[in-house]
Amino acid sequence: MDKATFYLLVPLLPLMGALLVGLSGRLLSFVAAHTIAIAGVAGSFLLSAKVLVDLWNGQPTFNGNLYSWITIDGIDLNVGFLVDKLTAMMMVVVTFVSLMVHVYTIGYMKGDPGYKRFFSYISLFTFSMLMLVMSNNFLQLFFGWEAVGVVSYLLIGFWFKRPTAIFANLKAFLINRVGDFGFLLGIGLVLMHFGSLDYATIFGQVHTSEMQQFWMSKTINLLGSTPVGLITAICLLLFVGAMGKSAQVPLHVWLPDSMEGPTPISALIHAATMVTAGIFMVARMSPLFELSPVALSTILIIGATTALFMGFLGIIQNDIKRVVAYSTLSQLGYMTVALGVSAYQIGVFHLMTHAFFKALLFLAAGSVIMGMHHDQDIRNMGGLRKYMPVTWITSLIGSLALIGTPLFSGFYSKDAIIEAVAASKIVGSSYAYFAVIAGVFITAFYSFRMYFLVFHGENRWRSHGQDHGLADSEEHHGLSPGDDPHESSWVVLLPLIALAIPSLSIGFIAAPSIMDGRMFGSAIYSDMHDTMRVVSEEFHGSLAMAVHAFSSAPFWLALSGVVAAWVLYVWKPSFGVNISSFFRSLGIVRLLENRYYMDHLYIHVMTPIATSIGRVFWKVGDVLLIDGLVVNGAAKLVDKMSKITSLFHRGYIYASAFSMILGAVVLLLFWSAGTKQILAAIGLSH
Amino acid sequence: MISPWNSADLTFLKPELWLLCSACVILLLDLVSKDQRKAVTHWLSLLSLGIAAILVLAGGVKSPQIVFSGMYVVDQLSGLLKFGSACLVGLVLIYGRQYFIDRSMLTGEVYVLSLFGLLGMFVMTSAFSFLTLYMGLELLSLSLYAMVALRKDDSLAIEASMKYFILGALASGMLLYGMSMLYGATGSLHLSEVSARIAQGQTSRDFLVLGLIFIVAGIAFKLGTVPFHMWVPDVYQGAPTPITMLIGSAPKLAAVAFVIRLLVQGLPAAFVDWQSMLIVLSVASIVVGNVAAIAQQNIKRMLAYSTISHMGFMLLGLIAGDAGGVAASIFYALVYSFTTISGFGILLSLTRTGFESDNLANFKGLVKRSPWLALMMLMVMFSMAGIPAFVGFFAKLSVISAIVSHGFVWLAVLAVAFSLIGAFYYLRVVKVMFFDDSDLDVVDSPFSLKCFVSVNALLLLVAGLIPQPFLSICADAVNLSLLG
Repeated sequence: MDKATFYLLVPLLPLMGALLVGLSGRLLSFVAAHTIAIAGVAGSFLLSAKVLVDLWNGQPTFNGNLYSWITIDGIDLNVGFLVDKLTAMMMVVVTFVSLMVHVYTIGYMKGDPGYKRFFSYISLFTFSMLMLVMSNNFLQLFFGWEAVGVVSYLLIGFWFKRPTAIFANLKAFLINRVGDFGFLLGIGLVLMHFGSLDYATIFGQVHTSEMQQFWMSKTINLLGSTPVGLITAICLLLFVGAMGKSAQVPLHVWLPDSMEGPTPISALIHAATMVTAGIFMVARMSPLFELSPVALSTILIIGATTALFMGFLGIIQNDIKRVVAYSTLSQLGYMTVALGVSAYQIGVFHLMTHAFFKALLFLAAGSVIMGMHHDQDIRNMGGLRKYMPVTWITSLIGSLALIGTPLFSGFYSKDAIIEAVAASKIVGSSYAYFAVIAGVFITAFYSFRMYFLVFHGENRWRSHGQDHGLADSEEHHGLSPGDDPHESSWVVLLPLIALAIPSLSIGFIAAPSIMDGRMFGSAIYSDMHDTMRVVSEEFHGSLAMAVHAFSSAPFWLALSGVVAAWVLYVWKPSFGVNISSFFRSLGIVRLLENRYYMDHLYIHVMTPIATSIGRVFWKVGDVLLIDGLVVNGAAKLVDKMSKITSLFHRGYIYASAFSMILGAVVLLLFWSAGTKQILAAIGLSH
Repeated sequence: MISPWNSADLTFLKPELWLLCSACVILLLDLVSKDQRKAVTHWLSLLSLGIAAILVLAGGVKSPQIVFSGMYVVDQLSGLLKFGSACLVGLVLIYGRQYFIDRSMLTGEVYVLSLFGLLGMFVMTSAFSFLTLYMGLELLSLSLYAMVALRKDDSLAIEASMKYFILGALASGMLLYGMSMLYGATGSLHLSEVSARIAQGQTSRDFLVLGLIFIVAGIAFKLGTVPFHMWVPDVYQGAPTPITMLIGSAPKLAAVAFVIRLLVQGLPAAFVDWQSMLIVLSVASIVVGNVAAIAQQNIKRMLAYSTISHMGFMLLGLIAGDAGGVAASIFYALVYSFTTISGFGILLSLTRTGFESDNLANFKGLVKRSPWLALMMLMVMFSMAGIPAFVGFFAKLSVISAIVSHGFVWLAVLAVAFSLIGAFYYLRVVKVMFFDDSDLDVVDSPFSLKCFVSVNALLLLVAGLIPQPFLSICADAVNLSLLG
């Protein structure tokens, strides 16, 4: 089997699973359906692992086309794969998390009428995500980009009878349209100026310093005559796409609402994989982004803002999934910060560690939700560690990894980001440094607030009424008065344990090869800035980094965050109420509860403006011009014409024959020289 | 230049000879067979179609072989189109079987006439002189006239057949008149000599153009382009659905070959003249076909007008006139006929005895009654409308880019605008299937029929995902046939 075919199997197995399960109708039993879907993803995971191992052992990067889709105007549009270490790592992360989520789904979606539909969707998602990361050109990247978007849309609205779910998926869809619009424009600019959509061809045009100088000095005129750096325009537009997909401020508002979808997809799509597509894309395009300091500074500032301010929102959430969702937003901000300071490798490193521990946290949250009979309000929980021991331990591991406890996976990637920001000198890096340092405290605080409220303290589920509104499914409304929470079944616990292992260890193992640049090799280009060089010089092994942490600020900030959460939510809850009312009197809580009024801005300001513009187009363009003049006008014309033609169209043979003869006469007119001259004059004939 | 034929020429005629012999044998066998379901006849016909297709492939030649004293040509182009026609006729027999059985119309004539019709198409595809062209055309037409009238008790079918026959005779008359003019002008019936003599400039231009006009009129009738289209809606609606399917698919391939042989190969010197005539036909067909289709409630009639507009599109490639344009036309014709046949196949899957299912209303709520067939019909309609990722898009794209590269931007804009109008009635079928409610029964069609129709419809998607190989096949066939 040649290599291209081998790589093709990786995305094709989940696709076949999705098609078989999705189109089989009632032919397959539930067991057969999930067996097929899981087998497809498992096969894909094993092959991905082999790809990574092979590349690690020195196999060269693969870049080849499977087939030429079509050639238009000299531009080849191909379907092909670029498999280097960056791709291989993404493939393994995507297929591993996906496999875990597939297994978990057996338990979580048990008895749901859409059981098979769900499996079909998540397998289809796996296929789309693999096509995105394995692509060797922009067109296929865009295909994968949109395909994961579609599946995300379908899954957020999976329980399509709930109005909130439909609102959420529409919101996700519309916000992503904004991002994709920019992305598409960016791709268009690339095609226009580089003359190709193929990565290798494009990067080949920027690989020497003379070429880089040429492209950096090239400008285009926007809005008439304002000159703008071409590469800056391309990078900013591409990054708008990344902002939509990776939920960066101000296009972040869809991600918290996406929690309306079933929990397994929150773990897979809205935490581990799809939302990191933007990060991956920027890392993949690093040879372009490196050329634009303006774009990098923009990325840095947006990322830092997301990292800090979305963290604040995590503090006041009471829905267990929303806490994790805001934490995801904040962590995506950290990754974006890493991209902004040209530490792409570390950004992708954090993407990987985050995929494991955030998927773990989401799946653990799902397990808690099941244990609580679909009550998601953390104020109704408490003391769950006795009832759900495995969920408790794995959640603790996930939370420790998230806040950056030394030796845990999140520590290596997050500390490296902080170091990289400290080493960077580009515009905005001091603001970003403040944001990521402050973010450490915030992260620790909201993570352990949730952890303590859920697993420690008193059992509160008996002391509240049955009025909690955040039910996950219409049939379930929390525990009945006599019930206690119960541990989930093994299909749910197994993925938790399997994800806890990398959450603990992957950072320690992978850090050395990432810091010294061995991991990604030439897949990522960051030579224009020396951030990575400084970071790798300061790195003296995983253990040394962990020991050094005890003498650095982030560790103590994280610790104080945990202690603060313990004091306020376990030791002296009355103290917490006082502090909360103090902040409320300052109006800060109100600001946070309204999510900085971003949603208000969109719904009450932007949407009316957009719809009123739309109304103008509708009234003038559609109703008046198209409907009135073109469609109805044409219909009237056709009506009149048909009245005339119906004289011949009565079904009599002589009428038909007459029409034929008339036609021949019309053609005869061409014979006469006069007609020909007239036609030539108006350009109808050569 | 022209040498007498020798027996070696016969080797190039294997598919035609095979079809002729097997049609005769099947005719005789059918006389003695007492089987009401005609199983033997059915399978033998399919077998002989399969062998004919294989013989066509096996007899593929690199460069064009002109045999029988210049009467007949075997090249890549004819190979491609003959193979396509044989497959299409086979599909017609497969799709139509249940329909014929249900309505006790299953007579041996169906099979024998189909085979003779196919033989006619083969001859048309390979003909290289006026005489053979006309012979092939009449063999095909006579078979079709008889097949339309297969239901002797159905007055609509008889009426359709009569109209088809009379108008067809008129068109044949025009064609023959045009041919006789050209014969008079050039003194030869062989296309190669006709084109050579015109190129030498010894012919009277008046005779030439007069002949050309009548030839184009005859061609336009066979293609069903406006204003020679009047028979199309009546015949489509009146004929039994499987026969409509036959008329709408394979003969279009033969007709395209007919046009290419006559105009592109036979009369290249008169290119400017026939180009402008084809523009008139093409524009009129695209406009009238798409606009009239909107008003139709009967699906077969709607597909008839849709065919008219598709033939207009197909002509666009010939208007470009170069190898690329001809290849685009052939690709368009192939895509069109395979799309149409799967559309009719789905229509047939929905019919029962006494229920033709040929009204738009019969498609209401199909997604509830047979979600799979609804999905397949959706693919067919999307492909016909030219929505990307389906092969119909690439067919339209290739003909439109062919004319744009020759400077006919206005024609391209018009074609795109009207395909937009056309999208309306294709998508209306989808809307009716997926969003309207229905009180009709669950569809119960034979599994094998469903399988074939599904593969057929799914191929439209597959070919849309990998169009390049199919486009290359057409381009290569044209390059090797017209240039090499």
